[in-house]
Amino acid sequence: MTERSGSESGPAHKTLEIGMALLIGAFGLVVIFGSLKAGINWGAEGPRAGFFPFYVGAAIVGASAINLWNAQRGDDGRLFAEWGQLRQVMSVVVPTGIYVGSMPFVGLYVASMVFIAWFMRWLGGYRWLTVAAVAVGMPVVTYLVFERWFLVPLPKGPLEEWLGL
Amino acid sequence: MEELANLFHGFAVALQPYNIMLMIIGITLGVIIGVLPGLGGANGVAILLPLTFSMPPTSAIIMLSCIYWGALFGGAITSILFNIPGEPWSVATTFDGYPMAQQGRPGEALTAAFTSSFVGALFAVIMITLVAPLVADFALRFGPAEKFAVYFLAFCSFVGLSKEPPFKTIAAMMMGFALAAVGLDSITGQLRLTFGVTELLNGFDFLIAVIGLFGIGEILLTMEEGLAFRGGNASINLRVVLQTWRELPAYWMTSLRSCLIGCWMGVTPAGATPASFMSYGIAKRLARRGNNFGKGEIEGVIAPETAAHAAGTSALLPMLSLGVPGSPTAAVLLGGLLIWGLQPGPMLFVEQKEFVWGLIASMYLGNLAGLIVVLTCVPIFAAILRVPFGIIAPLILVLCAIGAYSVHNSTFDVMLMLVFGVLGYLLKKCNYPLAPLVLAIVLGDKAEEAFRQSLLGSQGSLGVFFSNGLVSTIMALGLVALFWSAIQEGYSRLRMSMA
Repeated sequence: MTERSGSESGPAHKTLEIGMALLIGAFGLVVIFGSLKAGINWGAEGPRAGFFPFYVGAAIVGASAINLWNAQRGDDGRLFAEWGQLRQVMSVVVPTGIYVGSMPFVGLYVASMVFIAWFMRWLGGYRWLTVAAVAVGMPVVTYLVFERWFLVPLPKGPLEEWLGL
Repeated sequence: MEELANLFHGFAVALQPYNIMLMIIGITLGVIIGVLPGLGGANGVAILLPLTFSMPPTSAIIMLSCIYWGALFGGAITSILFNIPGEPWSVATTFDGYPMAQQGRPGEALTAAFTSSFVGALFAVIMITLVAPLVADFALRFGPAEKFAVYFLAFCSFVGLSKEPPFKTIAAMMMGFALAAVGLDSITGQLRLTFGVTELLNGFDFLIAVIGLFGIGEILLTMEEGLAFRGGNASINLRVVLQTWRELPAYWMTSLRSCLIGCWMGVTPAGATPASFMSYGIAKRLARRGNNFGKGEIEGVIAPETAAHAAGTSALLPMLSLGVPGSPTAAVLLGGLLIWGLQPGPMLFVEQKEFVWGLIASMYLGNLAGLIVVLTCVPIFAAILRVPFGIIAPLILVLCAIGAYSVHNSTFDVMLMLVFGVLGYLLKKCNYPLAPLVLAIVLGDKAEEAFRQSLLGSQGSLGVFFSNGLVSTIMALGLVALFWSAIQEGYSRLRMSMA
């Protein structure tokens, strides 16, 4: 897990800063647009629904403009992260995305088992025995604590239905 | 003396066996949360919040606040033994704590850290006991304009006091307000900013945001570092504890100063992290052996730990008395209050005496229990940290998913959590502060309501926020806080040109 690529290349910090400022600014524009649709003036019951968010959106756009200006002004040549590091991050983001995406279909327990097993085997490099113990043990403990002890229902899929849980 | 009677009644509530059990569970969970990377006080409490839906509110808040104390204690363990701050507020503890551990004095450093934490917390709890009822009593007279002014002050303090660039703080905060505004408008009953997406009808829940931003975001940051733990051994025996306790009174001045810094920074929503740094910095400048700071000076452990714990604890003062949380974790606790059907703010002291005083009493007991638990169980907690990240990380991710799901029983929320996680990673890398974002999501609706009600009363004139002495004073303080960094810069420039 600690391997690093020898080359020190990656996206520049400046690029990400600019991208972030633009993204937040765009979000501000969406907020302004939505507020305008809801109405930003005074109605019979006082300020209308879009009144407050409109100024919030304007503040986002304003602050982002200044952040954008600051970001493009200075360039210290710093990297945002090395490509190798970003690959590590993505190797968590992508499986987690699949994990949460599959949850409505297979339920939380099965999805968690597969996810934990995948993570430990491929990113951690553990023996199958360890992998199986943790991957099965955690959902079972979760079931006992959440569903039995605290009576909090968690999403279930076909397997749980088949087991009659 | 009515307060004293209330407090004793609170002790009676907190000392019920069921509540004591929850207290110990909370502290233990909290220390584990504080020790593990990626699980912090705020999202640890957020994940466990759904478990408390069926509990009586007083028991629930006792358990959750104990998780918070536990997390505050736990951060110190990893800082001292592994040079890895488990929580941002324990970064300053690594400066002298880790060198001490390397010199073979880990027991001494840990004892000093835990004891200082306890002293800081105790100081803050006493302050809460004495001051909170007065503040609440005073705040009962607040109208909508005063309420908005208090929110204004809280958010302006963020801009002025945080170490991040002010416009990034503003951008992050306003994003929080915008997210809070999504969904049903509470005054007109109109839908807004949903753009036809039915999942957004109820808006964004701040718990999802907290779990994503702090939990997932933190895991991603840790993955980037490629974590490898190499830690020293932890052993504390009674002899070391007693010996360190004999040394500590000599540093009473540092402790007192750190308590005051912590309480001040905790009540204004600057939080525990800047408090610990500030306290460390001042101690370094004033201490007789200041030059030795960074090489394993016990005073360098006492100062940040006392301040961090005092700040973390006193962050509950404005939450209880005004309904304005002083830290992200306090914000999550406040969200819990709303879920349990309690209205945070001054009326709590009138209508929910048992709840408030039970909580305050549990702060005394919880911190004492915490001190005992951490002093006796350090080796166990240190062993948890030796479990490799390859096992811990997927388990934490699954826990986050469970926590996010059980807030509203919605798988959409789990996906939202991941989006917030990636966003949190990017924001943190780009130096945007997350705390004001979360606080704005929690308080957005209330701040907006106060704002609109004030304007309704004044027929749209902003003059209502300067219409009497009280509201003008709070607003003026807010403006000072907002432009604090600019004022400081101007002052130092003025002094430069004078010299």
